[in-house]
Formats: sequence, C-alpha cells, structure tokens
Amino acid sequence: MSDYKAPIKDSLFALRMFGHLNDLAASEKYAQADPETVSTVLGEFGRFFEEVFGPVNAIGDTEGLKWSPEGVTTPAEFKPAYEKYVEAGWQGFGADTAYGGAGWPQGVYCLASEFMSGSNAALSMLPGLTVGAMELLEHWGSEEQKEKYLPRMVTGEWSGTMNLTEPQAGSDVGLSTTKADPQEDGSYLISGTKIFISFGDHDLTENIIHLVLARTPDAPPGTRGISLFLVPKFMVHDDGSLGERNDVDCVSIEHKMGIHASPTCVLSFGAQGGAVGYLVGEPNQGMRAMFTMMNNARLSVGTQGLSIAQASYQKAAIYSRERLQGRAIGSDSPGPVPIVQHPDVRRMLLTMRSQLEAMRNLVAHTAAALDMSQVTTGEESEGWTESLELLTPVVKSFCTELAVEITSLAVQVFGGMGYIEESGVSQLYRDARIAPIYEGTNGIQAMDLVGRKLGIRMGGAIADQFGRMHATLDEFRDAGSEFEASAQAFSSALDQLESTTAWIMEHGMADPRDALAGASPYLMIFGYTTGAWLMARQAMTARSDLEAGSDDAEYLEAKITSARFFCEQISPKVAGLVPAVTAGHEILYDIPEEQLTTF
Amino acid sequence: MAMNIVVCVKQIPDPADPGELDPNTKTLKRDVKLILDEADSYGVEMALQLVDAAGGGEVTLVSMAPDDEVGGIRTALAMGAAKAVLVSDEALVGSDALGTAKVLAKAIERAGDADLVITATESSDGYTGTVPEQVAELLGLPSITFAKSIEVDGNTIKVKRQTEAGYDDVEAPTPAVISVTAGVVEPRYPSFKGIMAAKSKPVDEVTVADLGLDADAVGWAGARQEIVEIATAETREAGTIIEDEGEGYAQIVDFLADLKVI
Repeated sequence: MSDYKAPIKDSLFALRMFGHLNDLAASEKYAQADPETVSTVLGEFGRFFEEVFGPVNAIGDTEGLKWSPEGVTTPAEFKPAYEKYVEAGWQGFGADTAYGGAGWPQGVYCLASEFMSGSNAALSMLPGLTVGAMELLEHWGSEEQKEKYLPRMVTGEWSGTMNLTEPQAGSDVGLSTTKADPQEDGSYLISGTKIFISFGDHDLTENIIHLVLARTPDAPPGTRGISLFLVPKFMVHDDGSLGERNDVDCVSIEHKMGIHASPTCVLSFGAQGGAVGYLVGEPNQGMRAMFTMMNNARLSVGTQGLSIAQASYQKAAIYSRERLQGRAIGSDSPGPVPIVQHPDVRRMLLTMRSQLEAMRNLVAHTAAALDMSQVTTGEESEGWTESLELLTPVVKSFCTELAVEITSLAVQVFGGMGYIEESGVSQLYRDARIAPIYEGTNGIQAMDLVGRKLGIRMGGAIADQFGRMHATLDEFRDAGSEFEASAQAFSSALDQLESTTAWIMEHGMADPRDALAGASPYLMIFGYTTGAWLMARQAMTARSDLEAGSDDAEYLEAKITSARFFCEQISPKVAGLVPAVTAGHEILYDIPEEQLTTF
Repeated sequence: MAMNIVVCVKQIPDPADPGELDPNTKTLKRDVKLILDEADSYGVEMALQLVDAAGGGEVTLVSMAPDDEVGGIRTALAMGAAKAVLVSDEALVGSDALGTAKVLAKAIERAGDADLVITATESSDGYTGTVPEQVAELLGLPSITFAKSIEVDGNTIKVKRQTEAGYDDVEAPTPAVISVTAGVVEPRYPSFKGIMAAKSKPVDEVTVADLGLDADAVGWAGARQEIVEIATAETREAGTIIEDEGEGYAQIVDFLADLKVI
C-alpha cells in the first residue's frame, strides 16, 4: 500500500501566496475557478491519486512492462486505475471547453499535477504527454483535426505522444531525417525511426495519437525544415469509429534506470510502405509549434521533480520518527531514540523540506504567470509572459537538480534500508534521475537562460525581475529582527545574482563561450536566489497570518522556520558557485580532449 | 420506473486528523472542517446505482451538521446526488441518537416522497448504530439492516442481509429504511464535471423550527442519553518478542493454545 499523501495544504498555501486566484476568478475565462472551488478540486484530485495511482506505483516499478511484436503490455493493475482516471474526467482539467474540457487555468493544473506524478511518476507520464499533444492540436490543428481527435483525447480514451528524438537527433532536433511524402489526397506517408517515445505504445487506451516531426521532400535543412504531423495508431473514420492499424510499430522498449512502468519506445514509421500522417499547421513550422507547448512541458517536468522529491521526503520523515538508534545527545535516557532526534538527521530533513517548499513556491509563481498572461492585456500581459519565459528554464532545472539531491537525502535518512528496494525511496531516487535529462537537458535549459532569456527586451525582463526581488527585500528587512539574518542572506544572494548576471551579459557579448561555460552554475544561483525571494514572502505571509490569529499556529510557525532555514543556510550556496560563473571558458579547454580519455 | 432515494449522510471531522473530545460536553469537537463520512459513501454509491438501474429518479441527501457545514454534502453531490436537505441549528448541539433520528425523520419527509431511505449501519465518529432503526420506527417504515446488496422488483425490495454465517434474503415493500454495510460497493470518485455541477445543486438549509420540531425535543434539552465519563483508552501493553532458535513455531502453537483459539 502506498503511503503517499498529496500535500494539498502546502499547495493551497503556495497558491494563496502566488496563484493570483482572485484575479483569475475575476476574469471571464476562469470565472469557475474561484478559490473555494480550486480548494475542493485540489482536495478531490489529491485524494484520487493517493488512492488510485499511488497503490500501483511500486507494482509498476517491480513488474515493469512486457513487449511483444503486438505491442506493449502494462502491469494488470494499471488498467483499472487508468479507467477510473478517465471516468473521473481529470484529463480535461485544462483543456478547451469547446472539445469537452473543463478549461481550467493551466497554472492551477500544473500545481495540481504534483499530486498525480507524486503518487506514480511512471503512470502519470501517460496523461502528461496527452496534455502536451492536446495543447499542440488546440493551437495548431485545423478545425477538422480538432473535432476529430481532441474530444476523445480530452476524455482520456485516447492518448497522445510526442515524437521528436531520432538516434542521431537528440538535443539537436535539426538533425532529424524522418520523411513525409505528400499524397494526392492531401495526406502524407511518414517513414523513419523515432526513439525515446514515452508511452509510444501501451494497452491502456483504444487509440494513440502520435505527433511526429518529419521533413517534406523540399524542406530546407535544419530546424527550419521540420513539419509537424499527426499519425494515429488506428485510422479514424469520419464517424469517429476506428479503422485499420496504421503503419507504425513499437519495435522495442528500453530497459531503464527508473520510471520502469513508462514504456520508452522505439517507433518505426512506414516499415510497410508508409504511415498515414496529416500535416498539423503550416509546412516547416514544426519547431514553432513545439515551442508553444514547451513552456508547459518544462514546467511539468520541474513539477515532476518536486513531486517525486516530496514523496521521498514523506517516507524519510516518517521513517526518521520510527527508527530507533543511538541515544539522544545531552540526555541521560539509556534507550535508543528515533533518529529524527539526531542533529544530522534533522539537518537532512530540513534541507529537504525547505527546498521542497521553495520549489513549490517557484512552480506556483511561474505557473501563475502562465495564467495571468492569458487574462491580462497589453503591457501587463507581456510582463507576465516575460516572467514566465525567464523563469521556465529555472523551474525545470532547479527543481529537477534539487529532486535528485532530495531523493538521495531520503535514501541517506533510511541508511542501509534506503539502498534496499523495499524501502521505496530507492525507486524514487531512480525515478527522479530522468527529470534533469528530458524535455531539454538541464544544460540546455541553462543555455536557454543565458543565451535567450536574459536578453528578453534587451535585459528589461531580468531588470524588472530584480526590481520585484528588491521590493520584497526592503519589506523583509522591515519585518522585524526575527528575519534579520534571513534578509541579510537573501540580500547577499541577490547581490551575487546581480553581479554574475552583469558579468554574463557583458562577457557573453564578447565571447559567448564564457557565458555558456558558467551557465549551469549561474542557473543554480538564479534558483537559490529566487527561492530565497519566494521564501521571504512565505515567512512574511505566515507571520501576518499568525498575527491575524490562526488556529493553525504550528503549521505556520513551521512555514516560517522552513523559510528561515532556506534563506540562512541554503541560499548562501550561491557564494560557492560564483567563481565557476565568472571564470570564463578557458580553463575548461586547458585540458586537451585526448587527455580526458587518458586514464 | 423512476426511483427516488433519500440517503442520510453524516459530515464528520477527518478521521485522518484525529479530533479532540471537549472535556466539558464530553463530545467530539466539531468546529473543524467536516468531510463526508466514508461509511456513508457506500450508501450514496448504492443509491446512485439503483437510480441508474431504474432508469430515472434522483438521490436526495439528508444531513444534520453544525454551522451550515456542506463540505461533505458537496462531495456526495459531486458523486451524483441531485439535492440535499441540511438541518443546522444551535438547538441541535448535544443531540443523542434518538434526537438525531427525530430530526432526520422529519428531514426525510421534507425531502419528498422517497421509495427508499438508505443509511450506513453506523457513523465513523459516533458508532451508536441505532439511528437507522429509530428513523424507520419514527417514519413507520420497515427497517432492514446490514444490506450487502439491494434489488428493486416493482414495489418490493430484495436485500441480502449480511450475517455472521453468510447472508439472509429479506424482502420488504417500498418504501423502507435500509442500512448498508461498509465496503459492499466501490464508491465512485467525484468527477471534475460532478464537482463543478455540485456547486449549483440545491441545498435546502433548514432549522429545527422549519421541521416543525420542538427545540426541547432535541439537543441537550431532549437528550435521554447522558455521557457520564470519558477516559483515555489504555495504551496496549508491549507484546512479547521471541527469538526464533528453531523452536519458534512451538511457542506460537503454545501461545495460541493458551488463548484457546486452537
């Protein structure tokens, strides 16, 4: 039995601070998502995944998947769990109401999705990828395509996949070679091989809608010659009934380190002559289409990191109160005490907890920018979009880097038992490790941050961001002696973020290699400082709640302690990262390549 | 044939977050957020299935709770119930089982003509297990307890009534009051659409006076039960740990024999 508990209270707290729920509810678009209903929906959403997806998580890990030439078979327990998911209608959470969706704020969904993937990261890949495919179709599909495919994806009866990667085209999508030959009836015949296709085949839905990047015969090379195609697993008749099998096969699945129950497929298109595909959007606009879903997808992966790390923290915290070892220092009591009483274990738990709260705040703040950009207009809307663009690579990388650290700490809290699969934290550590890799590696995210995002509006977006941080800092400094040390630490982190930002913008112009060499440590400086900013707001919110009189004082005091711990003991990590940012690229190349392989 | 069913639902403090007893009143503190008693979710599910099978009709909820609490009612409405009657009144504080039954019986009458009244066998916070029968008596209806399945055949209901040995087949004419055993059906999860729809479903909020009841008949004033004393349950003694040195099985057998269970 899974003991995962959806952290509903923490999510609602983060939403209250950063979610702009009242602003969203005041808009016509999201009028149904008033704060009270959001709270109800999150409560039911969390309960559902605790009770339905959670209990089949360990089974998926140990049993894994079976491949045969007919396709991929998931563990027997998955089907009833997924059927309940479809019945409950959760797939339509953020989907367009015109096609049966609930049309709720994407950002609220993003935050809620923590519960889904926290309960079962592998199985949650299926709904998650379908959301991405639905978004692409909503934005770029023709009316006819939307009417034909979207309604049953919105119900979850059909799933969706994203087909980008090929053996020779990983992070460099422009190298892809999958071909699309135009046919007289307006369709295309797709041929080629795609790899790393999550849920590329499975037995949980009647049909799978593949969205595939391919080249038409006259396409220019590189990313400018890539078009997006819709390739159904089973052909769909005009009346919606399913026809014959399309020419797309899962020829193998990968054996992976984690997320064992998420089939990672090699898909062969056109082995029998060509898979029927339909152009989505304009020719050669495939990459542009991809970018429309990229913000959401990257926020989702950052949230996935948060979710798995949260699950590992819960297990570690519970275990630390049960496991009896050693005497309490400074106590005369002879008996062994729960390890939670030992300072080093306490440190691990607070390191996990405070970073998790900072991550959740970061997700909530960034996801809210996504929604607010939709319900505001003009400069205000542009401001939110800039904020979203700027912070998206930080959410993705910072949250997934910390996810690996936190799940590793969870293993450590369990000691030897953590290395044993039975503990469950071992699975979470393995599951978390994919998140820094996919949906654009963290290295790619860092390049995106320094190469594209810092330059938004000639540095205007980052300057505005610093302005917001300074406003909070001023407020935090005036918030009383209790927060003096925290405000000092936040101030110091912010100084260093500003100075490294200036360094990168200056040196990056002269030699982009200097900016890229320090991009990853710079992104972490950005993350820790943003974390301190949001935790400062958390501390002040919790304090003012307490002053207003709350019957939940212990919870709010814990929020304050956690925020202080993050500011005072986690955010100073930025100091250690600064030299790596400002060193430039030269030392990295002072060792010749061949010396790297001289052992 | 359309079928109208009333389901009595209790809204209780979340058992996952154990509540406190008020030393003055010797009752559970109920000023926290209340949720649908899980024990009642089976009755709601069974009622929804019966209405589905009948091809028409609706499920009406009846609840009695402090402070106009609707949290748990909304959950049951989100599952598919059509409307609710909520009795909330300061005068109800301290009601015993019979007082509660009097209120529920009146509320059921207010809910309209029901073909069936469904309850849980007992609540998860009070555990008196007597309210369903009292309600039946007050309404002058047949009472069937511990149902594991309900089938409707015209004006007859056929119930498999769980017993220690198996089950009894019991029949009664409609309308009747039936208590449903926990765990016999799988309660559906509220759907997203259901949650949204539940927001606008009618909840008829009434007071003791609205039901035509005398305030003296309910609450502390009307209670004929008295909680004399409350005490903390004794913690269980630690068990005996036996190191198995090859003879562990024999010690287990001896232990069970001492208990006279083998």
